[in-house]
Amino acid sequence: MLDQPTNERRLTIARAMAEAMQQEMQRDPTVFLMGEDIGGFGGIFGNTRGLFEEFGKERVRDTPISETGFISAAVGAAMDGMRPVVELMFVDFFGVCFDAIYNQMAKNTYFSGGNASVPMVLMTSTGGGYSDAGQHSQCLYGTFAHLPGMKVVSPSNAYDAKGLMTAAVRDDNPVIYMFHKGLQGMGWLSTEPGATVNTPESDYSVEIGKAKVVREGRDVTLVGLAMGVHNALKAADRLAEEGVSAEVVDLVSLVPLDRETVINSVAKTGRLIVVDEDYHSYGVSGEIIATVTEHDISKLKASPARVTYPDVPIPYARHMEQLCLPNPDKIIAAYRKM
Amino acid sequence: MKPTKEQLLWMYETMVVSRRFEEAIEKVYLEGKTPAFNMASGPIPGEMHLSNGQEPVAVGVCAHLDARDTVTATHRPHHQAIAKGVDLNRMAAEIFGKATGLSGGRGGHMHLFDPAVNFACSGIIAESCGPACGAALSRKLQKKSGIAVAFLGEGAANQGAFHEALNLAGVWKLPVVFVIEDNSWGISVPKSEATAVARNDVRAAGYGMPGHYIPGNDPYAIFDIAGQAIARARDGEGPTLIEIETYRLAGHFMGDAEQYRPKGEKEALFAKDPIPKMRERLIAEGHAAESLDTLEKRAEARVAEAISFARDSEYAPETDALTAVFV
Ligand SMILES: Cc1ncc(C[n+]2csc(CCOP(=O)(O)OP(=O)(O)O)c2C)c(N)n1
Ligand SMILES: [Mg+2]
Repeated sequence: MLDQPTNERRLTIARAMAEAMQQEMQRDPTVFLMGEDIGGFGGIFGNTRGLFEEFGKERVRDTPISETGFISAAVGAAMDGMRPVVELMFVDFFGVCFDAIYNQMAKNTYFSGGNASVPMVLMTSTGGGYSDAGQHSQCLYGTFAHLPGMKVVSPSNAYDAKGLMTAAVRDDNPVIYMFHKGLQGMGWLSTEPGATVNTPESDYSVEIGKAKVVREGRDVTLVGLAMGVHNALKAADRLAEEGVSAEVVDLVSLVPLDRETVINSVAKTGRLIVVDEDYHSYGVSGEIIATVTEHDISKLKASPARVTYPDVPIPYARHMEQLCLPNPDKIIAAYRKM
Repeated sequence: MKPTKEQLLWMYETMVVSRRFEEAIEKVYLEGKTPAFNMASGPIPGEMHLSNGQEPVAVGVCAHLDARDTVTATHRPHHQAIAKGVDLNRMAAEIFGKATGLSGGRGGHMHLFDPAVNFACSGIIAESCGPACGAALSRKLQKKSGIAVAFLGEGAANQGAFHEALNLAGVWKLPVVFVIEDNSWGISVPKSEATAVARNDVRAAGYGMPGHYIPGNDPYAIFDIAGQAIARARDGEGPTLIEIETYRLAGHFMGDAEQYRPKGEKEALFAKDPIPKMRERLIAEGHAAESLDTLEKRAEARVAEAISFARDSEYAPETDALTAVFV
């Protein structure tokens, strides 16, 4: 693990994100925020709490419900010397503003031959498990990671959340910062306890594009991100009781993707299970498996497996949604089949 | 346009059904969510946007509609659904996630679909507008009767989809009416800080259609203006934009601490609660209090029946999650 703080300072991801933005705004006057209900309300997910009070409404801007307008405005501001951080409240809402994201934000650097830069962060919430149905529960990791020109990160804990936000704001490229609601630590939804961890007060960066081996093992590699990491860690605990040693890789970033860490882990264990709350087909899970098999298929002792969301819209009813979501049981079952 | 006695009483009773329904849903929603509020738990999980206070909009507009007309609704759809005649039992069951629900539990409170009365919703802001244009276009092309009404919030009038749909409706003279519920809040953001004009009716001019603003959350005035707009649409004279001042008596969603409200706002809004106001007016107009009591009792009974139906219904098999992606 990276330099762990010695003093106990456990933050939720929400507070860790806010602290990173606060420190970057103090350090750099070009950093400013835009989004719906990010002002006095402090963000629907608590990740801008306190910033409006400290920096005022010029730099912490509540926007109209005009995602195309303010996200493309962020592109223009970023190209004009600012470092905007904008929030798309739920990733599911990308449909109303995707042109600003993938045709402008993601491509302007390339179109300019690298002569223009778009240093902005687009933060957005992901994930289900609380019966918010099919327009408020998706992950869409693969959708964003598929399109070239934007970095994509998704933290599984507060330490990474803070360091990734700092790195994202300082990056000269656009970064999609995807935070999972079930890890966030808000008033209205329970939080996976493993996401609230020691977080240093002073500013630091977590490298974008570097995966982490968060648990070492010999028999199988479990690869995930965000909530998937916690499901993998729980499965690894239970497998350990049966004498199976699982290694868990937290991808941390999808773009750039740290293929080497995954390849090295599978080279050691010979088995691969990818855990992804995003839809099954055409996504992160397929990409990870392809990465391993096209590198050296002979390292695999069994066919790789994936525990993902089936290719259906997300249902409202709790029992139906739970049937679809990845969980430790499904990971263990996938291992048993190997 | 003046409502007949029958229409008036229907409006009143439907407002009461809607309010009692929201009160019942609120109670059930809170089951299993104490002491720590967790949206994921209880018999009704997920987000819940209640429509308390906004009933006059739904009844004043839907009084002019019948089952063949299309209504596209929002993330706050219960009052609109009830006024449009969506089956109350099946709607309640959907909100409970049961097999007998409108969608067998797949959609939930923000995704109520009842094709029998041409009702649909979307939880994505302003996505009521385009589909209403499409329904209206379809009627025109098929030479079928019926018009379309899109409901949206005042916050949604700043979304691109709203403006594109209005232009489409204007240029194609579609039989559609856009009804903005101006409750002055988009979650925590007041209209005055989100909208470049004080009133959205002026925006109609940009899309070649008449615009109206109706103050006071007044079911009579809403009935009047909406009736004219809907008659215009039926007569092939094209679309209309109506913005209606209304009040959101609840939080944006259940669990909202509402700290953004100025002091005293809620109390002032409750003092203007449209349901007791309409009751007083009906009595002043000579309707017997006892007959209104009877309507209220009937409304309560309907709601109680719907809630019992929902509670007593079974859940669909969990594997139903994997069906109905395609027909
Ligand atoms: C495209 C999109 N952006 C943001 C949201 C999140 N959201 C849900 S309701 C809401 C406020 C809507 O305000 P308004 O249109 O006035 O309707 P009201 O809630 O007041 O009924 C917002 C921002 C969304 N559902 N869809
Ligand atoms: Mg509103």
